[in-house]
Amino acid sequence: MSTPILEVEDLHVHFENYAGTIHAVNGMSFSIQPGEIYGLVGESGCGKSVTALAALRMVKPPGYIAGGRIRYRGDDLLELSEERMHAVRGGGIAMVFQDPFASLNPVFTVGDQTNRIIRRHLGLSQKEARAKAVDAFDKVGLPDPETVYDSYPFHLSGGMQQRVMIAMGLSSGADLLIADEPTTALDVTIQAQILKLLTDLRKRENLAILLITHDLGVVAETCDRVGVAYAGHIVETGTVEQCLYTRGHPYTDGLLGALPDLVEHGADLEVIDGSVPDGLETIPGCPFHPRCPHVMDVCRGDPPPFYRLGEGRTTHAVACYLYGEHPVIPPRAPGPTDRPGPPRSTEPEEAT
Amino acid sequence: MWRAFRRDPLAVVSLVILIVFVAGAMFAPVLAPYPEQGRGEPNVAEKFQPPGGEHLLGTDHLGRDVLSRILYGGRSSLSIGFLVVIIAAIIGVPLGAVAGYYGGWIDNVLMRITDVFLSFPPLLLAIALAAAMGASFINTMIAVSFTWWPWYARLVRAQTLSLRERYFIEAARSIGVSDAKIMAVHVLPNVTTPVMVQMTLDLGGAILTGAAISFIGLGVQPPTADWGTMINLGRIYFVERPWFVTSAGLAIFLVVLSFNLIGDTIRDVLDPRTRRDRR
Repeated sequence: MSTPILEVEDLHVHFENYAGTIHAVNGMSFSIQPGEIYGLVGESGCGKSVTALAALRMVKPPGYIAGGRIRYRGDDLLELSEERMHAVRGGGIAMVFQDPFASLNPVFTVGDQTNRIIRRHLGLSQKEARAKAVDAFDKVGLPDPETVYDSYPFHLSGGMQQRVMIAMGLSSGADLLIADEPTTALDVTIQAQILKLLTDLRKRENLAILLITHDLGVVAETCDRVGVAYAGHIVETGTVEQCLYTRGHPYTDGLLGALPDLVEHGADLEVIDGSVPDGLETIPGCPFHPRCPHVMDVCRGDPPPFYRLGEGRTTHAVACYLYGEHPVIPPRAPGPTDRPGPPRSTEPEEAT
Repeated sequence: MWRAFRRDPLAVVSLVILIVFVAGAMFAPVLAPYPEQGRGEPNVAEKFQPPGGEHLLGTDHLGRDVLSRILYGGRSSLSIGFLVVIIAAIIGVPLGAVAGYYGGWIDNVLMRITDVFLSFPPLLLAIALAAAMGASFINTMIAVSFTWWPWYARLVRAQTLSLRERYFIEAARSIGVSDAKIMAVHVLPNVTTPVMVQMTLDLGGAILTGAAISFIGLGVQPPTADWGTMINLGRIYFVERPWFVTSAGLAIFLVVLSFNLIGDTIRDVLDPRTRRDRR
């Protein structure tokens, strides 16, 4: 495997508030290869968006990065001067947010805004920047890019606005796109188009993408590798097949179990007992142990290391003592009721 | 925008009235039947002529043609109104943008200053300032502007506060665009609409305040024509010879009402929630 484009190592992000310190991110580690789509999944409050902001060093007070390392193309972003960060933001790592309308200035044409960014990052002339912007609009599949160039944000639909946002990132030479719930504000059909665009761009432009979402369906459709985040930790990482279609961390299993069943009509939804920790106090041992159905004594002791599962080119690793030297629950035989169906019900392969 | 504006008959009528008054003030030397009397030259032989005949709106206590006086009076009354809102906006908008953008202690200091200004009854403060600086056209204008700018500072601050949280501002900041440039490029264009509407709505009030100051003798001094001054001079003769007081009062009334109606319509038309794409 080549050198990763982004490497996050033992990242800690804290927020100070009146109640004390909120541990939003507690030792998150993952890496993204060039041209790879890495999905960071988890429920609200698991620290996935904060991780994205931290990768651009844009965590705002009262939050701060309490420790860890973020390497982008070999540079430790936490060590860079603010001036060099300016070039990285947008010029190296671009970010797309949930609500494209709030990301665009309503009083300028989208072309003008893209043009300004290109000129700032690449130092081109007005005319060259225009050509580059129109080219980028074309690449992201905007129809009639010349007309779009002269459109105001409110002329465009949500999907088109999101395409413009992606084009802004592309045109300034970014090779890593952080997409924070890029499709949440869009219709399902538009959502599919945007996800298709992301996978296309990965292929055509060799763009690496960090896709942050809570939608397991989106992950299954788009990502190469996945990290499942819980309470500021990555609890399971591997390929989409490994994480979503084989047994893994009890939390991942719980998430998949909570998906509505399309076959059995009227069945009660499965839930994960308990609620998400608020991050005010650090949970000793495994962060999931208070809610875990398979909790053991060892889970309350030291935090679990990652255990490698299965044999594959890509590591499938799970931070759970269940997969330690003495797995307590023996692997069960696959069956229709054994395990809730994955979001895409085809090819359920059990590796354990 | 014009199409939506035209759909409101009140606004169109108001606009016509305003155009008549503004044109009348601008071209007063040409339009006034007795320009030299408009400028203040007395003609005592013809004093207290009732309206009609040679003098369409009659003559005042010094025999001056009231129509000419109204046209000339518009020059000072209207220009006080326009200059007051322009000066108020020039002071208030940047202060509001700075307060809203930086927040913290800068915001606190600036907003407490506006609180101090707003805690005075505006007319009283303007009168006090005008009295302290001496009665003249320029001092009236300065005095009224001083009571007006805090409203613009507050308006712009509120807008800036919500803009500051938008991603495009954060993005600009994150790639190292200077604060001054962000305010000029991203904040100001986004606050022009509410500021323009506020200016239109305020024009009427500013004219009224200017006229009030002139009325009590602290503003424009005779023999220069001004609607407020005319009402002041005419009120003594109001019972028997009401025409020249009424004409000046009516001029103020029509202009102020028109500005308010137009301001309301512009606010509705420019509201981004009702703005329609016409491509």
